[in-house]
Amino acid sequence: MAQTLRVVGDTLPGADMNAPLLEVEDLQVEFAVRGSRIPAVRGATFAVEQGQTLAIVGESGSGKSVTSQAVMGILDSPPGHITGGEVRLHGVDLLQQDAETRRTVRANHIGMVFQDALSALNPLWSVGFQIGELFRMHRGTSRKDAKLKAIELLDLVGIPDAKNRVGQYPHQFSGGMRQRVMIAMALALDPEVLIADEPTTALDVTVQAQIMRLLRQIQEDRDMGLILITHDLGVVADVADEVAVMYAGRIMEQAGIHQIFERPANPYTKALLKAIPRVDTLGQELEVISGLPPNPGALPGGCSFHPRCWAAEDKCSIEDPPYETVATGHRSRCHFAEEVYRDER
Amino acid sequence: MNAELGQEHAAEPVLEATDVVKHYPIQRGIVIKRTIGHVQAVDGVDLKLYPGKTIGVVGESGSGKSTLAKVLVGLERPTSGSVKVLGKEIGNLKDRHIRPVRRDIQLVFQDPYTSLNPRMTVGDIVAEPFAIHQDVVPKNQVGSEVKELLDLVGLSPDHVNRYPHQFSGGQRQRIGIARALALRPKVLVCDEPVSALDVSIQGQVINLLERLQDELGLAYVFIAHDLSVVRHIADEVAVMYLGKVVEHGTGAEIYDHPRHPYTQALLSAVPVPDPSLRGHREEIILQGDVPSPIDPPSGCRFRTRCWKATERCAEEVPSLDVGNHGTHPTACFYAEERDVTHAVK
Repeated sequence: MAQTLRVVGDTLPGADMNAPLLEVEDLQVEFAVRGSRIPAVRGATFAVEQGQTLAIVGESGSGKSVTSQAVMGILDSPPGHITGGEVRLHGVDLLQQDAETRRTVRANHIGMVFQDALSALNPLWSVGFQIGELFRMHRGTSRKDAKLKAIELLDLVGIPDAKNRVGQYPHQFSGGMRQRVMIAMALALDPEVLIADEPTTALDVTVQAQIMRLLRQIQEDRDMGLILITHDLGVVADVADEVAVMYAGRIMEQAGIHQIFERPANPYTKALLKAIPRVDTLGQELEVISGLPPNPGALPGGCSFHPRCWAAEDKCSIEDPPYETVATGHRSRCHFAEEVYRDER
Repeated sequence: MNAELGQEHAAEPVLEATDVVKHYPIQRGIVIKRTIGHVQAVDGVDLKLYPGKTIGVVGESGSGKSTLAKVLVGLERPTSGSVKVLGKEIGNLKDRHIRPVRRDIQLVFQDPYTSLNPRMTVGDIVAEPFAIHQDVVPKNQVGSEVKELLDLVGLSPDHVNRYPHQFSGGQRQRIGIARALALRPKVLVCDEPVSALDVSIQGQVINLLERLQDELGLAYVFIAHDLSVVRHIADEVAVMYLGKVVEHGTGAEIYDHPRHPYTQALLSAVPVPDPSLRGHREEIILQGDVPSPIDPPSGCRFRTRCWKATERCAEEVPSLDVGNHGTHPTACFYAEERDVTHAVK
């Protein structure tokens, strides 16, 4: 580790502060598995502004986590390869940068909170050491000052008795507290964008509420951009400003929070909203989406959702639907997007 | 226990648990073992389940709901208390005597990935109960019986020779349900049957369970941490916290008129997929985590996280009863109705 110990500044060369905070354009990711190339993300386009929360929603295998890993630059490669697209931070395409610049960006500009804090934290080092490491590596802070910074951060994320707990190890923390430690690490160098990949999926609901409130509050205080990756539409309804719905590696629909929930323009979104039981209403039989998500190695022709779609016609199995605008800031990938949007289908 | 709930049913309960306690000793020492304490996993639970009905058991991790499931099906012996299946006591039976009773009560496991033997074909998995209970179906009819069971749960009978890895999560859960139904039980105890599944698949399995209940007159104990799913399927709900039932009532009583502070906090923490309710629902954020069941708090176990707690709560254990103004049993000295599920008017 000694060789890499050098102080790196936190400015990104060529950054245009007037350009949008984070833009992802036509991102393509493939996995090379046993000689064949399996598409995981097939052209994802979205943007996050300061102070805005974008939720990327999808079921397992939809490509939402791979998208976040590609943006963060931590995609396992091989087998994963980014085969196209751009990820621009303040106008600078990160995919064109060398490893050292990306490492700087990861710490200073984009922070990430992972789903499973127990496996994301190193069990052999105390949490204080792991948080302090960021300051020592990227800021050249002394061990003593790094520890003080770590205490400050633990305090900020609501860990009681931070002074004494800074020397404890990950296994000595409960699930909710570990997630707070992860958030503290992600926030350490004051990033502009925070990516939270299923941050509360492993937690109990009362603890989930605590963590979501903490994230929301920190985002407001620091005016960060937040990308929330989740499968839980309830959590999305609570925090997101903008929603992108992914299915089989594609964004099927993207719009503002109210539009997505009240006037979906894609049959998949519509079906998904009807399939979730709600705590505040006593539902009849759940309207389910028949069939299974497709195997990414053998995607159906035309629209990937057509075998499970209630609105599908012959056209859908042949032609790939375009990603079109149905209203201001509302895009949907469906041959019948207009009709679905007007609730005529 | 619950007079009002009991009166609706003329029939005898198919499953009756009275004051069930399950403590696990914690031992230290290799040769000379000393018991240094007990994990009080389940501490005095009463349940009565009638034919064709569903009791939902909700609670966070560590609340003892999975231990309760094991005790109910006779996989664990209760430390004290009684469990009666169709009027027959199983709490103190020896293993070989418990087998015939198991025909009437079966368990559906949470994880469809680890609860099916990867080296057995689906046909063998579903036929295994017949190998143990040989007098249920004559040997030469086992094959056709298995195909019928697969058909019943919505799987193709042609798949008997496939292995579990060839199926998706939802399909595997169907295999688990087919196996549980093989001996034509009266009661199914489902321990988090849908929590490992994606939302679009969750609905399929829930609808299957509801259809099977109608067709076969099954009674369910449905254990889950997801309150929305339980609301959907259960007639009656018991809310557990640290081994005790804190509130027990019909679905409407629990969800629309919760009286225990814990139930209220739990319900308010469940996100509702409707962005227009953001900021319009009551938000109760509990402090801290669930305490350890090894040394639970004195008196009311919820008092350490409760905003209503007084000295009395530390000294006396509140009993689960209807109280002076109540409609359903609530274990709280200060029980008071409060709607936290719906939007504040």
